[in-house]
Amino acid sequence: MKALLLRDLRLAVRAGGGFGLSLVFFLILCTLVPFGVGAEGGQLSRIAPGILWVGALLACLLSLDRIFALDHEDGSLDLLATAPLPLEGAVAIKALAHWLTTGLPLVVFAPLLGVLLHLPTAAYPLLVLSLALGTPALSMLGAFGAAITVGLRRGGLLLSLLVLPLYVPTLIFGAEVVRRGAVGADPTTPLVFLAGITLATLALVPFAAAAALRVNLR
Amino acid sequence: MSLISVRGLAVARGGLRVIEGLDFELGAGQAIVLRGPNGAGKTTLLRCLAGLQPAVTGRIECQSDSIAYAGHADGLKPALTVTENLEFWSAVFGGPDIAPALAAMNLTDLAARPAHALSAGQKRRLGLARLMVTGRPVWLLDEPTVSLDQGSVALFATMLRDHLAQGGAALIATHIDLGLPEAQVLDLAPYRARPGLRQDRPAGFNEAFA
Amino acid sequence: MSIWEYANPVKFLRASGVVLPWIVAGAAICTVGGLVWGFLTPEDYRQGSTVKIVFLHVPAALMAINAWLMMLVASLIWLIRRHHVSALAAKAAAPVGAVMTLIALITGAIWGQPMWGTWWEWDPRLTSFLVLFLFYLGYMALWEAIEDPDSAADLTGLLCLVGSVFALLSRYAVNFWNQGLHQGASLSVAPGERMSAVYRYPLYVSMLGFFLLFLALVLIRTRTEIRRRRLAALLARENRA
Repeated sequence: MKALLLRDLRLAVRAGGGFGLSLVFFLILCTLVPFGVGAEGGQLSRIAPGILWVGALLACLLSLDRIFALDHEDGSLDLLATAPLPLEGAVAIKALAHWLTTGLPLVVFAPLLGVLLHLPTAAYPLLVLSLALGTPALSMLGAFGAAITVGLRRGGLLLSLLVLPLYVPTLIFGAEVVRRGAVGADPTTPLVFLAGITLATLALVPFAAAAALRVNLR
Repeated sequence: MSLISVRGLAVARGGLRVIEGLDFELGAGQAIVLRGPNGAGKTTLLRCLAGLQPAVTGRIECQSDSIAYAGHADGLKPALTVTENLEFWSAVFGGPDIAPALAAMNLTDLAARPAHALSAGQKRRLGLARLMVTGRPVWLLDEPTVSLDQGSVALFATMLRDHLAQGGAALIATHIDLGLPEAQVLDLAPYRARPGLRQDRPAGFNEAFA
Repeated sequence: MSIWEYANPVKFLRASGVVLPWIVAGAAICTVGGLVWGFLTPEDYRQGSTVKIVFLHVPAALMAINAWLMMLVASLIWLIRRHHVSALAAKAAAPVGAVMTLIALITGAIWGQPMWGTWWEWDPRLTSFLVLFLFYLGYMALWEAIEDPDSAADLTGLLCLVGSVFALLSRYAVNFWNQGLHQGASLSVAPGERMSAVYRYPLYVSMLGFFLLFLALVLIRTRTEIRRRRLAALLARENRA
C-alpha cells in the first residue's frame, strides 16, 4: 500500500503529472470573481466563504479523471486488481494520493486567496479547518465517480455530472462553517456534520468504488 | 498435483458465449500454449482465469494468490525509470529482489532509463520481467512476444523454462513458436460456443438473458 | 409460486401484458377524475383559486420521491439477485421520475409566484427537489453512456445506492442551510394541521391516479426495454452465425 501511495505521489510531481494545476485554477477562479461581482469590499467579504468553497470544489473536480483513467489505459489497473492488495485498499490509497496532491495544497493556500476576497479575519482558522475536514470527502467521492466512468471514452464530462450532486452536503456544511466564522456565530454544528459526512464517506465509499472498478475491468 | 484445474468452463465476451465446455489441467512444470483464430476467446479465457471477469458457468480451481497475469498492456508508467517500475510491482507483490528479473530480460543496462524512453520491444521486456517479481507460480500470458525480436524471444523462452523448472506453470496465448517443445498445445476451436445447442437454461427463458 | 417467478422476462411480459390495460384504464379514470374534481372545489379563503394546483403538485412530488425509492429497491434486487427485469425496471423508472420531479418543480414555481411573489425561492423543499432532479439526470446519463447492458446495470445500480444516501443527506443539509417559505406537509397526521376534507378526498384520488400512471408508464417502458434487449441479442446472434 505504501508503495502504491509513493508511486502515485511520485507520478504526480514528475513532469506531466499535473501537480499544481488545480492550485493555479483555484487562484484564477478567485481572481475572476471580483471581475464578475465588483471589487466592493463588503460584498466580496460576504460572498468569500462560498466562493472559496465552490472554488476548492471545482479545482478538486478538475483532476479527478486522472485517478484511474491513466492506470486503466496502460493496463496497471488490471495488474493491480490481480495483485495481493485488496482493490478497496487500492482505491482508498489512490484517493489519498489525490487528496495529498490536490486537496492539501488547496487547504494550505486557501487563506492567501481569502485575503484577495476580503475574508473577515475571524474566519481564517475555520476556513482551513473546514477545508481540511471536507476535501478528503471530495477526493473519495471523486474516486467513486472516476471508478464508475473509467471505461468510458468521454467520461470527463459525465464524471462532473455524477459527482457534483454528491458534493452538495459537503459544500453546504463546509461553506456554512466559514460563513458562521465570518459573522462570529458558533460553527460547532455544521463542523460536526461536515466531519461526520467525511468520516462516513471514507469508511463506506471505497467499497462502492472498488465494486465499480471490478465491473469496469470485466 | 495440478496448480490450476478447469472443468466445464464457459466464458462470454460482450454478452455472447465464446468458449463452452472447456476442461484442462495445468500442473507444476507444465506449459500450455493456447491456439485458436482471432476471436476464439483466448484473451477472454485468460482474463477469466485471472479473476478479472466472471465465468458464465463451470469450475476453476486454483490456489488463492497463485496467478500472475500479463495482458496486452504492460502496466508501465512512462514517467518512472525501469528500476522504479519494477520495484513498485515487487513491493506490491511482497518484495522479491528485482536484480534477477532485470538480468533475465537483459535490462540491467537500461535500469536508470525512464520508461517513456524505451522502445516498444524494451517496454515489452520490462513488462515480462515484472512476472518474475510477482513470485507467483502460474503465469497467464496474453501474446507475450508482441514486438519482441528473435533474440528477445529466446531470452523469454529461457526465462519461461527456468520458471517451469522451479515448479511454475504457464498458460500462453501466442501464434509464434516459442522454442518450447515440451509445451502442450490446447486448440480452442473444438470448444467454440455454438448458439442454439444450449440445454442449461430454464425452459422458456428469454434468449436475450443468458 | 414466488414473486421471483416474474424475474423471468417471458413470464413478466405475459403477466404484465394482462394487467397493463386495467392499470392504464385506472390511471386515466383516477387522474382525470381527481383533477376535474379538484378543479371544482371551492376557493381557499387565503390562497384563492391558486390552491387548486395542489392536485397536480403534490401527487407529482410524491411520485418523484417514490420513483427514486423504487429505483433503489430495483437496483438492490439487481445487485443482489441479478434479475434482469429488475435492472430494466429501474432504468425504465428514471425518466418517469425525472419528469415527475420537473412537474413538481414547475408547478411549485407557478404556485409560488402569486403566493410568495417570486418564481423561484431557495426554499429547502424546492432546493432538494432540484438536487433530486440532478441525481435523476446523472443516473439517466450514465445509462446512456455505457454500451454493455450488464455493466450499465451494475454501475447505475451502484450510483443509485450511493446517490440515495447523498440525496437524503442533501435533503437535511438543505433544511439546515435555509429555513424556507414552503408550507408544511400537505397531508400531515398531526391534528389541527390537516387540510379540510373538501380538498383532501380529490387529492387522494389524484394521488392514486398518479401512482397508477407511474406504474403503467414503468410497465410499458420495462416491456419495451426487454424487447429491445431481446432484439439486440437476436441481431448479435444473426451477425455471428
